[in-house]
Amino acid sequence: MSTITNVRIQSEPFDVAAEASKLTRGRTDAGAVVTFTGICRGDENGEPIAALTLEHYPGMAETEIERHVAEAAARWPLIGITVIHRYGRILPGDDIMMVVTVSSHRAAAFAAADFLMDYLKTRAPFWKQVEKADGKIWVEAKAADDEAAGRWTSSGKHQAAE
Amino acid sequence: MSKTLKVRYFAWVRERVGKPDEDVQVPAGVVTVGDLMTWLASRGEEYAHAFENPKVIRAAIDRAHVKPQASIGGAAEIAFFPPMTGG
Repeated sequence: MSTITNVRIQSEPFDVAAEASKLTRGRTDAGAVVTFTGICRGDENGEPIAALTLEHYPGMAETEIERHVAEAAARWPLIGITVIHRYGRILPGDDIMMVVTVSSHRAAAFAAADFLMDYLKTRAPFWKQVEKADGKIWVEAKAADDEAAGRWTSSGKHQAAE
Repeated sequence: MSKTLKVRYFAWVRERVGKPDEDVQVPAGVVTVGDLMTWLASRGEEYAHAFENPKVIRAAIDRAHVKPQASIGGAAEIAFFPPMTGG
Protein backbone atom coordinates (compact mmCIF):
# COMPACT_ATOMS: atom_id res chain seq x y z
CA MET A 1 0.00 0.00 0.00
CA SER A 2 1.37 3.39 -0.80
CA THR A 3 0.89 5.69 2.17
CA ILE A 4 0.24 9.42 1.86
CA THR A 5 2.73 11.17 4.15
CA ASN A 6 3.11 14.78 5.25
CA VAL A 7 5.76 16.17 7.58
CA ARG A 8 5.82 19.85 8.49
CA ILE A 9 7.98 21.84 10.88
CA GLN A 10 6.45 25.27 11.47
CA SER A 11 6.05 28.05 13.99
CA GLU A 12 2.38 28.61 13.14
CA PRO A 13 -0.50 26.84 14.91
CA PHE A 14 -2.19 23.90 13.16
CA ASP A 15 -5.73 22.50 12.97
CA VAL A 16 -5.66 18.80 13.83
CA ALA A 17 -9.25 18.20 12.68
CA ALA A 18 -8.53 19.79 9.31
CA GLU A 19 -5.35 17.72 8.94
CA ALA A 20 -7.23 14.49 9.72
CA SER A 21 -9.97 15.44 7.29
CA LYS A 22 -7.45 16.05 4.49
CA LEU A 23 -6.34 12.42 4.79
CA THR A 24 -9.83 10.90 4.84
CA ARG A 25 -11.93 13.20 2.65
CA GLY A 26 -13.36 11.54 -0.43
CA ARG A 27 -12.25 8.01 0.42
CA THR A 28 -14.20 4.96 1.54
CA ASP A 29 -11.32 2.73 2.65
CA ALA A 30 -10.32 4.75 5.73
CA GLY A 31 -11.99 3.02 8.66
CA ALA A 32 -9.83 4.39 11.47
CA VAL A 33 -8.26 7.74 12.28
CA VAL A 34 -6.03 8.23 15.32
CA THR A 35 -4.91 11.73 16.25
CA PHE A 36 -2.46 12.69 18.96
CA THR A 37 -1.91 16.30 19.97
CA GLY A 38 0.87 17.37 22.34
CA ILE A 39 -0.18 20.48 24.30
CA CYS A 40 1.89 22.90 26.36
CA ARG A 41 1.14 22.39 30.07
CA GLY A 42 1.07 25.32 32.47
CA ASP A 43 3.52 23.63 34.83
CA GLU A 44 6.84 21.83 34.72
CA ASN A 45 7.64 19.53 37.66
CA GLY A 46 4.90 21.20 39.67
CA GLU A 47 6.10 24.76 39.08
CA PRO A 48 4.08 27.17 36.96
CA ILE A 49 5.55 28.25 33.62
CA ALA A 50 4.78 31.34 31.54
CA ALA A 51 5.64 29.67 28.21
CA LEU A 52 7.96 27.21 26.57
CA THR A 53 10.30 27.79 23.67
CA LEU A 54 11.15 24.98 21.27
CA GLU A 55 14.52 25.07 19.55
CA HIS A 56 15.08 22.73 16.62
CA TYR A 57 17.75 21.68 14.16
CA PRO A 58 16.38 22.82 10.78
CA GLY A 59 16.86 20.23 8.09
CA MET A 60 17.60 17.40 10.50
CA ALA A 61 14.20 17.72 12.21
CA GLU A 62 12.40 17.14 8.91
CA THR A 63 14.76 14.33 7.83
CA GLU A 64 14.54 12.48 11.13
CA ILE A 65 10.74 12.65 11.31
CA GLU A 66 10.40 11.65 7.65
CA ARG A 67 12.60 8.62 8.31
CA HIS A 68 10.35 7.43 11.13
CA VAL A 69 7.21 8.18 9.13
CA ALA A 70 8.63 5.99 6.33
CA GLU A 71 9.37 3.25 8.86
CA ALA A 72 5.82 3.40 10.23
CA ALA A 73 4.46 3.20 6.68
CA ALA A 74 6.60 0.12 6.08
CA ARG A 75 5.57 -1.60 9.33
CA TRP A 76 1.80 -1.06 9.29
CA PRO A 77 -0.86 -0.93 6.54
CA LEU A 78 -1.53 2.81 6.63
CA ILE A 79 -3.48 5.04 4.28
CA GLY A 80 -1.98 8.27 5.53
CA ILE A 81 0.31 9.86 8.12
CA THR A 82 0.67 13.54 8.94
CA VAL A 83 3.14 14.84 11.51
CA ILE A 84 3.37 18.55 12.36
CA HIS A 85 5.80 19.86 14.98
CA ARG A 86 5.97 23.52 15.96
CA TYR A 87 9.00 25.50 17.05
CA GLY A 88 9.36 28.88 18.76
CA ARG A 89 7.52 30.26 21.79
CA ILE A 90 4.35 28.40 22.79
CA LEU A 91 1.94 29.38 25.57
CA PRO A 92 0.28 27.00 28.05
CA GLY A 93 -2.82 25.49 26.47
CA ASP A 94 -1.49 25.86 22.93
CA ASP A 95 -0.62 22.92 20.70
CA ILE A 96 3.01 21.80 20.29
CA MET A 97 2.76 18.94 17.83
CA MET A 98 0.38 16.44 16.27
CA VAL A 99 0.34 13.03 14.68
CA VAL A 100 -2.51 11.71 12.52
CA THR A 101 -2.54 8.11 11.32
CA VAL A 102 -5.23 6.71 9.03
CA SER A 103 -5.82 3.05 8.33
CA SER A 104 -8.61 0.67 7.35
CA HIS A 105 -8.69 -0.76 10.89
CA ARG A 106 -7.85 0.72 14.27
CA ALA A 107 -4.97 -1.53 15.37
CA ALA A 108 -2.52 -0.22 12.75
CA ALA A 109 -3.56 3.40 13.27
CA PHE A 110 -3.11 3.20 17.07
CA ALA A 111 0.19 1.29 16.86
CA ALA A 112 1.71 3.63 14.27
CA ALA A 113 0.73 6.76 16.21
CA ASP A 114 2.20 5.29 19.41
CA PHE A 115 5.42 4.27 17.60
CA LEU A 116 5.81 7.71 16.02
CA MET A 117 5.30 9.52 19.33
CA ASP A 118 7.84 7.34 21.14
CA TYR A 119 10.45 8.04 18.45
CA LEU A 120 9.70 11.74 18.10
CA LYS A 121 10.29 12.17 21.84
CA THR A 122 13.76 10.64 21.77
CA ARG A 123 15.10 11.10 18.21
CA ALA A 124 13.64 14.26 16.67
CA PRO A 125 16.05 17.18 17.27
CA PHE A 126 13.88 19.52 19.34
CA TRP A 127 14.66 20.99 22.75
CA LYS A 128 12.19 22.58 25.15
CA GLN A 129 13.07 25.49 27.39
CA VAL A 130 10.51 26.66 29.96
CA GLU A 131 10.08 30.14 31.41
CA LYS A 132 9.68 29.96 35.19
CA ALA A 133 9.51 32.75 37.76
CA ASP A 134 13.24 32.35 38.49
CA GLY A 135 14.43 32.15 34.91
CA LYS A 136 14.61 29.99 31.81
CA ILE A 137 15.37 26.30 32.25
CA TRP A 138 16.03 23.57 29.68
CA VAL A 139 13.69 20.62 30.12
CA GLU A 140 15.59 17.42 30.94
CA ALA A 141 15.03 14.29 28.88
CA LYS A 142 13.16 11.53 30.71
CA ALA A 143 14.52 7.99 31.00
CA ALA A 144 10.93 6.76 30.60
CA ASP A 145 10.87 8.18 27.06
CA ASP A 146 13.98 6.18 26.10
CA GLU A 147 12.41 3.06 27.58
CA ALA A 148 9.21 3.68 25.64
CA ALA A 149 11.14 4.01 22.36
CA GLY A 150 12.98 0.78 23.19
CA ARG A 151 9.68 -1.14 23.11
CA TRP A 152 9.70 -1.00 19.32
CA THR A 153 13.08 -2.65 18.74
CA SER A 154 13.40 -6.35 17.88
CA SER A 155 13.18 -7.46 21.51
CA GLY A 156 10.19 -5.21 22.21
CA LYS A 157 6.82 -6.64 23.17
CA HIS A 158 5.04 -4.63 20.48
CA GLN A 159 6.56 -6.76 17.71
CA ALA A 160 3.64 -9.15 18.18
CA ALA A 161 1.17 -6.37 17.37
CA GLU A 162 2.48 -5.79 13.86
CA MET B 1 46.88 17.43 7.87
CA SER B 2 43.94 19.37 9.20
CA LYS B 3 40.37 19.46 8.04
CA THR B 4 37.73 22.20 8.04
CA LEU B 5 34.43 21.26 9.61
CA LYS B 6 31.25 23.16 10.30
CA VAL B 7 30.24 22.53 13.91
CA ARG B 8 26.77 23.42 15.18
CA TYR B 9 25.57 23.60 18.77
CA PHE B 10 22.02 23.45 20.09
CA ALA B 11 20.16 24.19 23.34
CA TRP B 12 22.41 24.42 26.44
CA VAL B 13 25.45 23.25 24.49
CA ARG B 14 24.97 26.34 22.26
CA GLU B 15 24.47 28.59 25.29
CA ARG B 16 27.61 27.33 27.02
CA VAL B 17 29.81 27.56 23.91
CA GLY B 18 28.33 30.98 23.24
CA LYS B 19 27.67 30.59 19.53
CA PRO B 20 25.30 28.59 17.31
CA ASP B 21 27.92 27.39 14.85
CA GLU B 22 31.49 27.85 13.64
CA ASP B 23 34.00 26.52 11.17
CA VAL B 24 36.89 24.78 12.87
CA GLN B 25 40.23 23.46 11.68
CA VAL B 26 40.38 19.98 13.13
CA PRO B 27 43.93 18.74 13.73
CA ALA B 28 45.15 15.37 12.47
CA GLY B 29 44.63 12.71 15.11
CA VAL B 30 41.04 13.78 15.79
CA VAL B 31 39.37 10.79 14.18
CA THR B 32 36.06 10.13 15.92
CA VAL B 33 33.16 12.19 17.24
CA GLY B 34 34.42 11.43 20.76
CA ASP B 35 37.91 12.70 19.82
CA LEU B 36 36.33 15.88 18.48
CA MET B 37 34.47 16.48 21.76
CA THR B 38 37.72 16.02 23.70
CA TRP B 39 39.54 18.41 21.37
CA LEU B 40 36.73 21.01 21.50
CA ALA B 41 36.72 20.81 25.31
CA SER B 42 40.38 21.86 25.28
CA ARG B 43 39.69 25.08 23.35
CA GLY B 44 38.72 27.27 26.32
CA GLU B 45 36.65 27.59 29.44
CA GLU B 46 33.31 27.88 27.65
CA TYR B 47 34.02 24.72 25.65
CA ALA B 48 35.26 22.86 28.72
CA HIS B 49 31.98 23.77 30.42
CA ALA B 50 29.87 22.70 27.44
CA PHE B 51 31.65 19.35 27.10
CA GLU B 52 32.35 18.67 30.80
CA ASN B 53 30.13 15.57 30.70
CA PRO B 54 30.51 14.20 27.16
CA LYS B 55 28.41 11.11 28.00
CA VAL B 56 25.22 13.20 28.01
CA ILE B 57 25.96 14.98 24.74
CA ARG B 58 24.44 13.62 21.52
CA ALA B 59 25.92 14.14 18.07
CA ALA B 60 24.82 14.16 14.45
CA ILE B 61 26.96 14.01 11.33
CA ASP B 62 25.39 15.64 8.30
CA ARG B 63 22.02 15.62 10.06
CA ALA B 64 21.95 11.94 11.06
CA HIS B 65 22.42 10.66 14.62
CA VAL B 66 25.82 9.07 15.32
CA LYS B 67 27.58 7.47 18.27
CA PRO B 68 30.81 8.85 19.81
CA GLN B 69 32.82 6.08 18.07
CA ALA B 70 31.70 7.28 14.60
CA SER B 71 34.43 8.52 12.27
CA ILE B 72 34.33 12.18 11.27
CA GLY B 73 36.27 11.39 8.10
CA GLY B 74 33.54 12.10 5.55
CA ALA B 75 31.67 14.72 7.57
CA ALA B 76 30.86 18.23 6.35
CA GLU B 77 28.76 19.27 9.36
CA ILE B 78 28.75 17.96 12.92
CA ALA B 79 26.22 18.98 15.52
CA PHE B 80 26.34 18.59 19.30
CA PHE B 81 23.29 18.82 21.51
CA PRO B 82 21.66 17.55 24.74
CA PRO B 83 19.20 14.63 24.75
CA MET B 84 16.13 15.66 22.78
CA THR B 85 12.93 16.85 24.47
CA GLY B 86 10.48 17.42 21.63
CA GLY B 87 7.09 15.84 21.16
